[in-house]
Amino acid sequence: MGLVDLLKKIEPDKKKSPFLHTLYDGFFTFAYAPNTVTKGGVHMRDGMDLKRLMVHVVLAMQLCYLFGTYNIGHQHFVASGQYMGFIEGFHLKLVHGLIQMLPIFVVTHIVGLGIEFWFAAKKGHAIEEGFLVSGALIPLIMPPDIPLWILAVAVAFAVIIGKEAFGGTGMNIWNVALLARVFVFFAYPTTIAGDEVWVSGYNTLAEGTQASYTFAHGLFNSLFEFMDIATFQEASTHIVDGYSGATPLALAYQGGWENVTDTFSTSQMFWGTIPGSIGESCKPLIIGGALFLVITKVASWRIMLSMLIGGIIMTLLLNAWGATPFMEVPVHGQIFMGSFLFAMAFMATDPVTASGTNTGKWIYGFMIGMIGMLVRVLNPAYPEGWMLAILFMNTFAPLIDHYVLEANMSKRMKHA
Amino acid sequence: MNIARRKFPIVFSLVFLSQFSYAQSGSGSSYLIYGLIGVGLLLLVFAVLTLADNLIQIEGKKMGVDTNKNDLGIFPKVSSIFSQKAPNFVGNGESFHSFSKGFDLKLAGEATGEIKEVHTNRYALRPTDFIGMSPIPKVVVAAGDEVKAGDVIFFDKKRPNIMYVSPVSGEIVEVKRGAKRAIAEVIILADKEVSYKEITAPDLSNTDRDTLKNFFLENGVWAMFNQRPFDIVADEDVIPRDIFISTFSTAPLALDYRLLIEGNEVAFQKGLDALNMMTDGSVHLGLDGRGGEPADGFKLAKGVKKNYFAGKHPAGNVGVQIHNTAPIKGSDVVWTLDVQDVITIGKLFTEGRYDVSRVISLAGAQVKNPSIIKTYQGANIGDLVSGNLSDEKLRIIAGDVLTGKQTTEDEFLGFDDTQISVIREGDDYEAFGWLLPITPRPSISGTFPNFLYPNFKFEGETNTHGEKRAFVVSGQYESVLPMDIYPQHLMKAIMAGDFERMEGLGINELSEEDLAVCEFVCTSKMPLQSILREGLDMMRTQA
Repeated sequence: MGLVDLLKKIEPDKKKSPFLHTLYDGFFTFAYAPNTVTKGGVHMRDGMDLKRLMVHVVLAMQLCYLFGTYNIGHQHFVASGQYMGFIEGFHLKLVHGLIQMLPIFVVTHIVGLGIEFWFAAKKGHAIEEGFLVSGALIPLIMPPDIPLWILAVAVAFAVIIGKEAFGGTGMNIWNVALLARVFVFFAYPTTIAGDEVWVSGYNTLAEGTQASYTFAHGLFNSLFEFMDIATFQEASTHIVDGYSGATPLALAYQGGWENVTDTFSTSQMFWGTIPGSIGESCKPLIIGGALFLVITKVASWRIMLSMLIGGIIMTLLLNAWGATPFMEVPVHGQIFMGSFLFAMAFMATDPVTASGTNTGKWIYGFMIGMIGMLVRVLNPAYPEGWMLAILFMNTFAPLIDHYVLEANMSKRMKHA
Repeated sequence: MNIARRKFPIVFSLVFLSQFSYAQSGSGSSYLIYGLIGVGLLLLVFAVLTLADNLIQIEGKKMGVDTNKNDLGIFPKVSSIFSQKAPNFVGNGESFHSFSKGFDLKLAGEATGEIKEVHTNRYALRPTDFIGMSPIPKVVVAAGDEVKAGDVIFFDKKRPNIMYVSPVSGEIVEVKRGAKRAIAEVIILADKEVSYKEITAPDLSNTDRDTLKNFFLENGVWAMFNQRPFDIVADEDVIPRDIFISTFSTAPLALDYRLLIEGNEVAFQKGLDALNMMTDGSVHLGLDGRGGEPADGFKLAKGVKKNYFAGKHPAGNVGVQIHNTAPIKGSDVVWTLDVQDVITIGKLFTEGRYDVSRVISLAGAQVKNPSIIKTYQGANIGDLVSGNLSDEKLRIIAGDVLTGKQTTEDEFLGFDDTQISVIREGDDYEAFGWLLPITPRPSISGTFPNFLYPNFKFEGETNTHGEKRAFVVSGQYESVLPMDIYPQHLMKAIMAGDFERMEGLGINELSEEDLAVCEFVCTSKMPLQSILREGLDMMRTQA
């Protein structure tokens, strides 16, 4: 108990320095579960609280983080034709991934949490846990080469306009993480669309372009030299002949499923050693995370299942139509490509922006599956649809709930 | 039920076999087309079958066949496949409902053994136990007066016909006032041997509703009639549609109601007979269908509709039982009573006296000897618990841990309380308690390993385990409430003061105890019960 007393002694005054107090409170409640007791109503409470809930979503994403970081490095070297095996050049790939990933993570959190803390202090309430999950999701859905200032602006936009303007955690209409991504998508499309953005460490993907390494790479090089292992070689690392950097979706758009399987094998797409947004590629880890969320009852299985069904049905309909090669991509192809599973596990299931009724959740998930697949296949400019489909259905979730509740109400009033 | 189980494999194999037929039809891209046609044909067949099924059921209903008992349809009902089978003791014409939703909060320190008689010196009757009563009722006794059990103590000036009477005989020692001179409690120093006011009850076989009503109003038992909507003392001018009595409790550390009925079977039946005269509808008895056979006093009761319920808490709550048998709709008014109240009413007729002796449980991990105690309504808490509590910092609760009131040894049991729960006051900090809890704690969340130990009994403490937040998680309340109600949206309607929506979303069907388990599981630590009461008060004053 000694430590608690010491910590309590340094608590800043709430009136004199509200920001410091909010900051203190945020970290104190992180370190210690508060001593508040029930008053009126129930005398005992479930052990679950919002902190615990949020942290379990973050835990479910941890393996995607590890894999995503490593895959940044892996794709970097695959583009230059070096270390083609997945675990060849392990230290180089990991270090390159970290050098790309850490700044993205840090910038996201400094900007996002900073705004969150500032608003909490202004409003005089405790720091709410919402950004724990948003902050963990945002780096995973960005391309590895995203300029940090764009990231900062996007996060600020999402947190201020998307969340705080509506009243903070639990009040927002749109998924905060997706709002950050959609901001980049519309404001700076060249940084998030096209073939060139999914591989990091090169200025362009034209044949022969040399890798451009940073000061950090240099520091690690001296360490690697000391350890007498392979180092980053700027001069000999350049884009190989015929490398396009295209993702499976871009390939499918150009020439259907055969065009995809010419470049990537199905197992490659399944295990995730392909270019793409940082966290979306490795399907087993995402499925594992989704199962973790379902088993711990943190996320709604109804949304996940109905979204899967919606996506599959839409794929079958498009298959039957078959007007373009992309429409003929089989169901397993559509599931393995792009971020279908990632969106299903972590994005659509956000309880605040999804439908609040169980019936509504079935409709909500199903519509995301249908619309997302439709946008992915039919949109000529950008072959992916989950971000837009989820934001679209976020907008309509209150309407779905409204009709579900109306049905419930009319059942009660009808017999009156 | 058995027919349903036999039909299921047939329907299942039909659907399953059809898979082969179109898996083998053609190759390449055309199999998709055949597949789609196959699915379409299946849907068509299904539609025809469903139509036929419905027609048979409608015809059956016209001919007066009970479709709940006799399964007429072609398809097995989904509910009949997954739901629990009705136990053997459920008789003909009695309904059985089994709920999958709910949560049993298992606590250590259950009261067991023989009923102990404990002498208590002081008793109290409190106006605050009756929701909606004006704060200063007319007290007809003064300090120093001698009263008998059944003598009038006070009445509400707004509803002067309803008398509130003394639970025991003795001397009025104090009329205690609270804030703004409101009457807090009338305290009675009890005689060693309770003497009763002599009451001549009307003969039930030869009386009318009005006589009976006035008899109940004068003799203090009207206060035991709880009315839904609002869960208040019943309105004397309204004839209730039905009367509901739950004969078991699923609340944490609740009494086994079989103890209550032992030896009181005759009085209970008499009480039911009297209640039958108060309503134009029927008296519904909610019986325990969870396993063990209910006591004969409940099972063999006459002149009532019997409904069996199985499931976790709140299956024993009368509100849940009403919702699943004959829900409150529109302007319906129903009454609810406790088993011990019915026995008290019966004793007016069988013994001619107002006997509010109550069997209560004193339970919880912090009670040295959890015990079942026989006392009277409104007994002093201190007398009941003295010398039986552990030395830790405790919270004494009059009622169960989900719905009870926090109380002290100086205070008294409430009008409806039949339980004292004692748990530890959890006002300590816990390092990383939200992430890595050290002590076991009850939860519906799968993030705790609780599901590995389904029969573990928790000690119970009052820590909130987190801070209050806005509504974030959805579907959580619905997962523990076996009612077709959306509590979270109802709460939002109450907060917004939207009367039409509140009514539409079912506020009239609810009382605080029904939402208590939802409040327990709430991740955002919302005070659902107090929000609901706010809404009920709004509805009541507006009506």
